[in-house]
Amino acid sequence: MIKQLRRLPSWLTVTIGLVLFYAVIQFIISMGWITEYVAQVLQWAGIMTISSLGLNLIYGFNGQFSLGHIGFYAIGAYTSALITKDWYSTWSGSRVGALSGVIALDTGLIVALVVVSLLRLDAIQKKLKGAVSRWLSQFETSVLSGVVTFLLALIAVAAGGAVGWLLWRTLPPVLEAVLGLLSAEIAKQVVFGLALILGGILAAIVSLVVGQPLLRLASDYFGIATLGFAVGLYVLLQNSDKVIPTMKGARGMVGIPVWTNWFWVFICAALVIVAMRNLVYSSVGRAIKSVREDEIAAKAMGIDVARYKTVAFAIGSLFAGLAGGLFAHKSPGFLHPSSFDFLKGFDPLIVIVFGGLGSMTGTIVASTGWAFLLEGLRVALPQGFEAWRFVIYPILLLIIMLLRPQGLLGGVEWWFLRPPKVQTKTPPGDEEK
Amino acid sequence: MTQENTLSSNPSLMPDDQVVLEIESLTKYFGGLRAVHNFDVTIKEGELVGLIGPNGAGKTTIFNMITGLYSISAGDIRYKARRLIGMEPHAITQLGIARTFQNIRLFPKLTVLDNVRIAYHPHAGYNMLESILRMGRFGAKEKELTERALDFLAVFGLQDRYNEIASNLPYGEQRRLEIARALAAEPKLLLLDEPAAGMNPGEVIALMDLIHFIRDRFKLTIFLIEHQMRVVMGICEWITVMDFGEIIARGTPGEIQNDPKVIEAYLGKGAVTGARAEVA
Repeated sequence: MIKQLRRLPSWLTVTIGLVLFYAVIQFIISMGWITEYVAQVLQWAGIMTISSLGLNLIYGFNGQFSLGHIGFYAIGAYTSALITKDWYSTWSGSRVGALSGVIALDTGLIVALVVVSLLRLDAIQKKLKGAVSRWLSQFETSVLSGVVTFLLALIAVAAGGAVGWLLWRTLPPVLEAVLGLLSAEIAKQVVFGLALILGGILAAIVSLVVGQPLLRLASDYFGIATLGFAVGLYVLLQNSDKVIPTMKGARGMVGIPVWTNWFWVFICAALVIVAMRNLVYSSVGRAIKSVREDEIAAKAMGIDVARYKTVAFAIGSLFAGLAGGLFAHKSPGFLHPSSFDFLKGFDPLIVIVFGGLGSMTGTIVASTGWAFLLEGLRVALPQGFEAWRFVIYPILLLIIMLLRPQGLLGGVEWWFLRPPKVQTKTPPGDEEK
Repeated sequence: MTQENTLSSNPSLMPDDQVVLEIESLTKYFGGLRAVHNFDVTIKEGELVGLIGPNGAGKTTIFNMITGLYSISAGDIRYKARRLIGMEPHAITQLGIARTFQNIRLFPKLTVLDNVRIAYHPHAGYNMLESILRMGRFGAKEKELTERALDFLAVFGLQDRYNEIASNLPYGEQRRLEIARALAAEPKLLLLDEPAAGMNPGEVIALMDLIHFIRDRFKLTIFLIEHQMRVVMGICEWITVMDFGEIIARGTPGEIQNDPKVIEAYLGKGAVTGARAEVA
């Protein structure tokens, strides 16, 4: 039986395994063998897994110490909540208003970024400086090149803005018509799926923009700078009602539909885990890891360090945004900026260090353990002592760090998260090495 | 510059003495410290050129400027007639210049195989989307580059160690792995920074054979830093000697060996007679 299983292609075994796992849990939930409360904790574990895997990609695999993860999580949460709330109980005047608005925003920003990269601003600036420095003084040269760069950047913004505006104007009737064709239930799920993806994409785009200047900083400075980003965003969220009234700022956003369920959490977590595994064990993944190992050696080996820092940061933030979207639609459908303050931002960091930096298995186990430990202690501890959870888990963390500094599962991976076997020409006896 | 003429009249490996690396009046200041001053060298295809000098003479600084890790204060560096000034280090490597480091800089926690495969990354031939979906060119290209990396390891006798964590290798093997990794970047010009540092005499001899072998096998031009006289004397066709950031001598090993300035730089004034015996 095992031998026959081995002969199946690994993607098929993984798919079967995942479907079975999903089905068993879904069956248990449907039969009511576990309470709604436990099911909620399970969702929480999945959300934590997605977000922490993102941070593990940034810190564990790429070596960039980010404290701003919670900011991207918040962007995903609020963006998707705005979209679904509009669909559920229209706040913008049209039930697809927020949806088309976010699509327009995402697309516009992407267009602007693409135009900027096509223009190659820094190369133009350098060339221009070299060319005019013969005739002008240094001050005049930098002013002139600054003006030209600004004008070119304006072109990029204008291009992005034009595309975004056009989409924003034309999309609502189209979306309304397309979604109108579907049955109400399916349309709802489609809107939810789109909301999650769009929230993740917005988080990734913001990380690209924020990352451009910040990723030049060395590790600790990068940590502080990203923390600054998270704190700044937190303040923005507290005052968000001045821009979008329905976000309600510091009073907390209400009326978000509770659509997160085991199905969505599982699908997202499974996709993220598989995508991350495939990425990590590819040439791109090795380039990402080489940056963590030795930046100078990586540069000398032809790795574009700045590019792979940006890539890891953007993908990690995409995962955070996705997790944030799922979090926003968890019961009770309420978002408050205090869920995204910087103390909460340490949760995924604790999880990945606890599970083992650079170990996907460790992150999954630690996220699940984290969710069940905190909630389990709430039940296990005598009444009035619930706050002692925050005494017990730090002690646990201390013990783990003293006994296993590499983390609970540092260097360990489940079989389907291990690197693919290398085919060698050496005799089979050597392969076990 | 007469010495350069003597060199080109040597029976060179390549028929058309194409210039690979050309450095002109290269200068580097670190604040007020002049680390390198008016350095120049011309390296032709297939040559094995040595750069020697006492510790702190500015040899590694020159390598760091060629590979783009340091900016230059003045002068010019051209690789196959192309200016390297202002280029990003990774772009310079992708043009065909790879290097090793004086104090081995492997990717310590990755496997031996991954160390080599990383250097192949610019030639991987598939993009990020293909790797996330494991579709398109991913399978074939990944297999191809893994095989090529294993072939490289085999050249250096490391094929059985492919799954080992790089930092667990013994010192000599780490040195060899670093050269293997540099070769995987598919360079035309290889810069070796003190490859014999920390090796015993037996290992040094094996290393000299290895350098000759890879030069012929991969059709490389090699620029080598060393401060062990024995190594450079044994393998280089052409040597430049530096002290305090300036060139003090250049010539064939035979000429260098007897140059009083060189002996003075290495052993101090008045040591000339004793040093001859030592160098020989």
